[in-house]
Amino acid sequence: MPALPPVLVIARLTVQEASRRRLLLALVILTLIVVGISAWGFYKISTVTGPNGKPPSHEEVIIVSSQLLIFVTFVYSGVLALSAAVVAGPLISNEVESGLILSILARPVRRSEIVIGKWLGLAILVTIYAVGSAALEMTAVDWATTYVPPHPVELIIYVGLEGLALLSLGLLLSTRLSGITGGVIALVAWLMAWIGGIVGDIGTGLQNEAVQDVGIVSRLILPTDGLWRGAINAMEPDVILAQLRGAGAFARANPFAALDPPPVAFLLWVAVWFSLILFLSIWSFRTREI
Amino acid sequence: MAGVAEKEATAPSGAVASSSSPAIHTVELTKRFGGTVALAGLSMTVPRGEIFGFLGPNGAGKTTAVKLLLGLLAPTSGEAWVLGQPAGNLGTRRRIGYLPELFRYQSWLSAREVLAMHCELAPLPRSTWKEEIDRTLTTVGLAERGRDRVGTFSKGMQQRLGLGVALLGKPDLVFLDEPTSALDPVGRHDVRGIIRELAARGTAVFLNSHLLSEVEQVCDRVAVVDHGRVIAGGTMQELLTGSAVRVRVTGLTADGHSSLESFGPMDVEGEQITFTKLSADRVPELVSEMVKLGGRVFEVVPRHQTLEDRFLQLLDED
Repeated sequence: MPALPPVLVIARLTVQEASRRRLLLALVILTLIVVGISAWGFYKISTVTGPNGKPPSHEEVIIVSSQLLIFVTFVYSGVLALSAAVVAGPLISNEVESGLILSILARPVRRSEIVIGKWLGLAILVTIYAVGSAALEMTAVDWATTYVPPHPVELIIYVGLEGLALLSLGLLLSTRLSGITGGVIALVAWLMAWIGGIVGDIGTGLQNEAVQDVGIVSRLILPTDGLWRGAINAMEPDVILAQLRGAGAFARANPFAALDPPPVAFLLWVAVWFSLILFLSIWSFRTREI
Repeated sequence: MAGVAEKEATAPSGAVASSSSPAIHTVELTKRFGGTVALAGLSMTVPRGEIFGFLGPNGAGKTTAVKLLLGLLAPTSGEAWVLGQPAGNLGTRRRIGYLPELFRYQSWLSAREVLAMHCELAPLPRSTWKEEIDRTLTTVGLAERGRDRVGTFSKGMQQRLGLGVALLGKPDLVFLDEPTSALDPVGRHDVRGIIRELAARGTAVFLNSHLLSEVEQVCDRVAVVDHGRVIAGGTMQELLTGSAVRVRVTGLTADGHSSLESFGPMDVEGEQITFTKLSADRVPELVSEMVKLGGRVFEVVPRHQTLEDRFLQLLDED
């Protein structure tokens, strides 16, 4: 069997490190606990009795469950973003500072192969975690309430891409900054992008172009909020979407609502953004003196 | 895209990429970090198959030189060829071993897994890995600990592992940056043996070390660097031509010490004064002068100049 290409060796090493350091085990255990608790919460929605002494109707359960799932997913996507940023932040910088990278760089390995390998390894982990935990959560909600989001595959893709975006940003910062600095910047950027998205929505509600542009620019710089809106849209039942559309422009000024899926142009930009960040990461690491 | 050094170009004119080309050849190799000159016009040649000692005080530019030769740093000016190819060439790195001064290996892997990863990156044929790893672990004295996690290793064991990583695949050139800094005397003895074995099979060894006695014992040729440039170099015989005299004397004043400067460079350590460049025929004159200055001479030991004497003398002159 021929030797693996260096990119795959580095990717495997990254996955191996996360596994051996028990990061995966910790995430799996925490996810099971959170899914268990949320399943119990969702189950209670369908069994609690209202002031009239009757349990809620099926329609009411679906509406409440859909909104609660959006909130749970928001927290969950935050945890995913935080984990990606915290893990990616020190991915290269720690190895440079500790000297771990020296003996690898002395091998016939290109720096681009190290960057791509590390990105690939972490991207595999983020994807597996996003798919596995989201599927588990949706199964739990389905069991507790019979509610399944209208577009579950799109939901997983958007949330997963949000994690991958934070991972990519963290990795870029990791080529130059210390782990803690890179991780903190990536997280603050994620929060700012979310706030920028809300400001943009308010601009839409007020029909003020300048304020609206804040949201557009923030989504171009870091597309996490745009992806999050895609995830929300994938979770909104038709009945809620109809109500929101009926409520006019002000209904758009809601960080937990999205009337339309992300436009194709935005999705194309996301692809360009990922390529750009990876290219910048390679350039930054190649020109760094170690 | 401008990179640090991942060249795949062939050797420039003047350097021949064959087994007859020197292991290392540099011409006016210079590296500046902002306003600080780390290496100022390093020119040297290391022949194949020799053990080359690269000496200098802290901050002299030794590690910078190694990193430039490995392509981890880009030179500000000057040129460097390693095994007949420009420094940093990807293909050449297949034939190079490197033990960094700041040695650190994946703590979550076992020693065998670290070596296997380097076999994979080197890359060596998979069929040879097991034999290569077994041989390397035995050479560096870690045969019993191969399956243990690196995180459980002492510093000395990690340095042994680093040495093993550098030896994988029988390289043509090995860079050892302070290879015994974490080792006990037994370990140091072992490493000297390993270095001699490498040279015996034709591998050139570039040894960065503060331990002058170690360098003196194993090196064929040395270069002394200070402030980023070579201040002396040559074979050990060429370098250590002089003799030294150690005197145990009391009662000398500071002025008295100054008066003795005509006898050449001195290394004063309490009552012991070593004249690092003084021939034995001047000893009576020296003793007479010391007595005249009010000194009481207890012991005079003429001896061959050691590398340490010569090293201190060179730094003094510099």
